[in-house]
Amino acid sequence: MADTATLDKLKARFGEADWKAGDRLPSASPGESRIVVPQSQLAKYLKFLKTDCGFDLLVDVTCVDYLHFRNAKDRFGLVYCLANTTTSERLIVRCYLNEPDLTVESAVPLWEGANWLEREVYDMFGIVFGGHPDLRRILLPDEFADHPLRKDYPLRGRGERHNFHRLTREEG
Amino acid sequence: MGVEVPDNVVVTKLDQMASWCRKNSLWPMPFATACCGIELMATGASKHDIARFGAEVFRFSPRQCDLMIVAGRVVMKMLPVLQRIWQQMPEPKWCISMGACASTGGVFDTYCVVQGIDRFIPVDMYVPGCPPRPEQLIQAVIDLQAKIQAEGTLMGREFKTAARQQEKRALLEILPGHELPRPMPRV
Ligand code: SF4
Repeated sequence: MADTATLDKLKARFGEADWKAGDRLPSASPGESRIVVPQSQLAKYLKFLKTDCGFDLLVDVTCVDYLHFRNAKDRFGLVYCLANTTTSERLIVRCYLNEPDLTVESAVPLWEGANWLEREVYDMFGIVFGGHPDLRRILLPDEFADHPLRKDYPLRGRGERHNFHRLTREEG
Repeated sequence: MGVEVPDNVVVTKLDQMASWCRKNSLWPMPFATACCGIELMATGASKHDIARFGAEVFRFSPRQCDLMIVAGRVVMKMLPVLQRIWQQMPEPKWCISMGACASTGGVFDTYCVVQGIDRFIPVDMYVPGCPPRPEQLIQAVIDLQAKIQAEGTLMGREFKTAARQQEKRALLEILPGHELPRPMPRV
């Protein structure tokens, strides 16, 4: 399989202690592999994958909240989906984060497309991307005070949706 | 001594005359935010033809409109926009809340979807359905015309009554343990 070459390169560069290859899922597409990397070194791994392994396309950045998930040890799983447009190889890079330290280094210097994706993850989960050029909320209003895709946030919110001024006929 | 009125002269009240003019030339502001907007377009198209009721001039400038048709979900980021547009429309003006979402939030009972626009702007007609058929929207326009004819006045005195100012629904969900709203600035 094409992807073992990438894993071998990672082994040669970073050793085998810090990172591990994830299980191959039945739903994985051919040429797709998964790795789990430590939080503090995420940017280093991403840089290596881009410059030395040819992952030139950032497909997606997203996050999973594992609160109440069975057997989960960590709270958040931050996910970077990469693709190599020459070999069609795909790599899912994941790193686990726990409160209170929800900071990772931004991938915007590597892939410009990470800008809005990381803003969305920040908006919905409150993950802070250090070095991001413009880390503001992207979907919710700036005044919003929470991160609604966290599992401890109630589905119906905390009253934000009704906290507006009412217009009457007189004012309108 | 009676005044002789020729056959081609009709005597009426000025209020009724104004209402009659207004009701037959409603200019809708299509505030179409979701799937109901498609049905709103169908209502304007040739098959259902809202022009038969004098309401075909959809304008995208609120300054030129006097009937706001809210067709679709309104989320909390959109609500200040909705209120601003409503305020930009000149008096006299009316509002139709089209579809389950605009009227009640519909199936989208989530943190960001406003559970009925009537909590924040005045609404004259509600159209049920998901989405409502064009016939239903046309019926709402006809009913609104009847309402305008029945209570409209030249200077808009009907909008100043206490009944028009009162709240239509409770503002907050009364749930046990429901937290107080987070601070958000007034629009
Ligand atoms: S009422 Fe139904 S059709 Fe209309 S906006 Fe809501 S979901 Fe869409």
